[in-house]
Amino acid sequence: MLQEYVERSYRPDLKPSVASNLIKDNTAIVGIGATEFSRDSGRDELDMACEAIKAAVDDAGLTMDDIDGLETFTLERTSMPTLVGSLGIPNLRFSNQISFGGGASCANVMHAAAAVATGVADYVVCYRSLNEASGHRYGRGDGYVGYLSEAPTLHYGYFFPFGLLTPLSWAGMYGMRWMHEFGVEPEHIGWYPVVLRENAQRNPKAIFHDKPMTHQDYMECQMIVEPLRMFDCCVDTDGAAAVVVTTAERAKDLKQPPAHILAAAQSSPPEQEIQTSYNRPIITGLPETWYMAQELFRVAGVSPADIDVAQLYDPFSLGGLVQLEELGFCERGEGAAFCEGGDRIRPDGELPLNTSGGLLSEAYIHGYNLIIEAVRQIRGTSTSQVENAELSLVTGGPGVPTSGLILRR
Amino acid sequence: MEYVPGIPILKPSIDADNKPFWDAVANHELVLQKCRACDVYHQPPRPMCPECKSMDTLEWVQSSGRGQIYSYVNFTTDRMAYPAMKVPYAVVLIELDEGVRLVSNMIDIEPDEIEIGMPVEVVFDDISEDLTLYKFKKRAA
Amino acid sequence: MPSIKDAAAVVGVATTGFSTDSGRTEYSLAAECIKAALDDAGLRPEDVDGIVKDVVDGIDAMYIQKAVGIDNLTYASDSRYGTLPLLNAVTAVAAGIANTVVYYRSANNASGKRAGSDFRAAKETKDESLDMIRYDFHAPFGLLTPDGAIGMAVRRYLHEFEVSAEQVGWVPVVCSEHAAKNPQAIFHDAPITLADYIDSDVVVDPLRVLDCAPDVDGAIAIVVTRAERAVDLSQPPAFVMANAQGTSTEGEQLSSYSRPQMSGLPEMGLLGDELYRVAGIGPNDISVAQLDDRFAPLVPMQLEALGFCERGEGAAFCEGGDALRVGGRLALNTNGGFLGEGFSYGTNIIEAVRQIRGTSSNQVSDAEVVLVASGAGGPADGCILRR
Repeated sequence: MLQEYVERSYRPDLKPSVASNLIKDNTAIVGIGATEFSRDSGRDELDMACEAIKAAVDDAGLTMDDIDGLETFTLERTSMPTLVGSLGIPNLRFSNQISFGGGASCANVMHAAAAVATGVADYVVCYRSLNEASGHRYGRGDGYVGYLSEAPTLHYGYFFPFGLLTPLSWAGMYGMRWMHEFGVEPEHIGWYPVVLRENAQRNPKAIFHDKPMTHQDYMECQMIVEPLRMFDCCVDTDGAAAVVVTTAERAKDLKQPPAHILAAAQSSPPEQEIQTSYNRPIITGLPETWYMAQELFRVAGVSPADIDVAQLYDPFSLGGLVQLEELGFCERGEGAAFCEGGDRIRPDGELPLNTSGGLLSEAYIHGYNLIIEAVRQIRGTSTSQVENAELSLVTGGPGVPTSGLILRR
Repeated sequence: MEYVPGIPILKPSIDADNKPFWDAVANHELVLQKCRACDVYHQPPRPMCPECKSMDTLEWVQSSGRGQIYSYVNFTTDRMAYPAMKVPYAVVLIELDEGVRLVSNMIDIEPDEIEIGMPVEVVFDDISEDLTLYKFKKRAA
Repeated sequence: MPSIKDAAAVVGVATTGFSTDSGRTEYSLAAECIKAALDDAGLRPEDVDGIVKDVVDGIDAMYIQKAVGIDNLTYASDSRYGTLPLLNAVTAVAAGIANTVVYYRSANNASGKRAGSDFRAAKETKDESLDMIRYDFHAPFGLLTPDGAIGMAVRRYLHEFEVSAEQVGWVPVVCSEHAAKNPQAIFHDAPITLADYIDSDVVVDPLRVLDCAPDVDGAIAIVVTRAERAVDLSQPPAFVMANAQGTSTEGEQLSSYSRPQMSGLPEMGLLGDELYRVAGIGPNDISVAQLDDRFAPLVPMQLEALGFCERGEGAAFCEGGDALRVGGRLALNTNGGFLGEGFSYGTNIIEAVRQIRGTSSNQVSDAEVVLVASGAGGPADGCILRR
């Protein structure tokens, strides 16, 4: 069933017509907010969620009485009724959660946009709050000791007993094969994290602000799970972030220049698993990102060449590089070559990437910090601003059912 | 690879859909789910054949147990490793001759000797009274 | 103003039937049921481009794709509380981001053979949830189960409006009468009398065994598509006139103890307002409803909140049962409800669809519109379906 993907032959005739897509151009992100990003917040997630949501609502020039929708992850630990009570939202008409971890980030915005476009809600807050650094770590295998006695049935039973328990190692299995098939060397991979770290030096909020890293540092850093090194990995973070979504019509009267949603897309292709889709014909790519991109560009009516700046969900640098291929910015197997030397992906390059430092160097708020940076690029307020950025692309987590957005001025 | 005494290995969770697979492993047999109508293997096993939508044509067939290393990762530090296993340890992805891919460990070679394309065959490791795992060893091409 | 009114329709429904021990996996039940709902609609798995499910369901959409052979999804969502996934499906279809969405639920809630149960149990401990009120302020005092939590609010309702067990008892009695005729119901052919109800054991005073809907094993599946597409399919469509969620600032899941009055369901009131606003009709236009009878005393409370009677008069409305029977003022839970068919959210929507199609085992003649409400005692949601 992955024939479309293998042959790169998407069949748009089977999809909902673009003319009936009420999200396109009719919806916008009008408020953004976040807490400090740290390695140890000393606060609980409910506390941080309230701060980030309040900041986003203030940023939009709204009050909590205006908010009538909430979107977040199924992984989110704050409970909806408790959050509604804490924020004092009078009548929440729409609430939703999405699975698939970081794959849900842009999907939250997409589903919020669907709600406002159809009048189900007027102003929807999308948010994520996590103590990933100081609290429970999704990325660590030792967290399972004493927490589980067996692997959950449908997924992990085929991996956990063999010592394969962490996202880094699941992704490494794809990465090893990708490097093997396309002859990619570690020195090619290093430029991507290096440029992101440069961007973080200009962003005072970034966890790795004031901690520069050279290509040589990358080559010399510790191997964690071969083929992935320390500087290939995202930075575990405590923090929360939120955005406010409403209609383009309402956005006209609000405080900030709106970041209009030109297109939003989600994809879960056949034979999908949570980062262990090893029984697909090809494991060197990310079909979910490819399908998502086909839908995203089809709805937007633009091509990859039209994109001015992109924020790629990069839990590991390889994930960012392969997304470049699947999004159509380069050919299969050429993601690393595309980034070599770094010039193409720097803020003044052909395709500036992850201008806040991304998940590797700014923070890992499950992709929400990327959405906020994509909005800043549209507003012209990034610390690594791309001149005249009109189209700003952002993706959700790869390797799982994923999502993406193209924002425009 | 070596286990650390005292820390349990996470065992597979067994339900009616995957029980025949794990029962076979306990008897030192590797079986794969196959739809007899479509002649297609399914991994992981599922209750319905996604090709013909039948719930009655799925059966368990003996695997050749032979294949090659398709990919691998090597846990070089304990930062992301499971504490029950001593680092460094490697986890391999085996592509069986039937086309199905399974995650496993190698029993007879060190992590740094592993190569993509290496021919392998299945062996069974009785880890404890109630846990047997399928593992792989090198074979001549 | 944009609206979801009449943009989508329910075109296929199925259940596996319910039991106290399915002897099968939730995965297997879900796959069978989704295939059956698609067959009912006259659609193929390849036509599906969206999946919605309940957060608590252990079977991810990805695995449904693997078994049923559904191609690339362009929409996938989870929801918590009641039948809220339907709102996601309807919104996605109305917004033009999906053509055909499957809503499924599969749970071995009775036998307890749940998918990934160890993992889920671990996730549901305090460590994995910030539902502080429940865990910090109630659990230490022995109040943690749903019947205990809602019993506190029920007690206030009974007290404030001087409601007797003899009045509330008519809800389970009428539901059991309806279930008796429904071959899918777990209490098929087993009607109870008011005396049976009064004599049944008290579980958590003031709730009796027969106030509480039984946990069951089984699956449901519901197929939603665009209204213009619906008319060409196998079944008469049930158009979605309105679909909404209602919550309130001081609402908690079954334990909203901090609001001024605990004897009402303000979320249900807000839900009703929104449903009637979107649909453009009122309670007087509705003569059949599927209300949330997970706990029987919540039914009179819902009748009040949804405008079928005045505040405090819900129990009188139920007394004698005639108003709730087929042909009465408001035929209630004509499948037997959760009390009679079994506690699985989604069966209420499926019974509403049967009424619209004219295929209910307790058919209300000329049922043009049906109201469904879920999530009584917590975040509420519901819909109004029409022919």
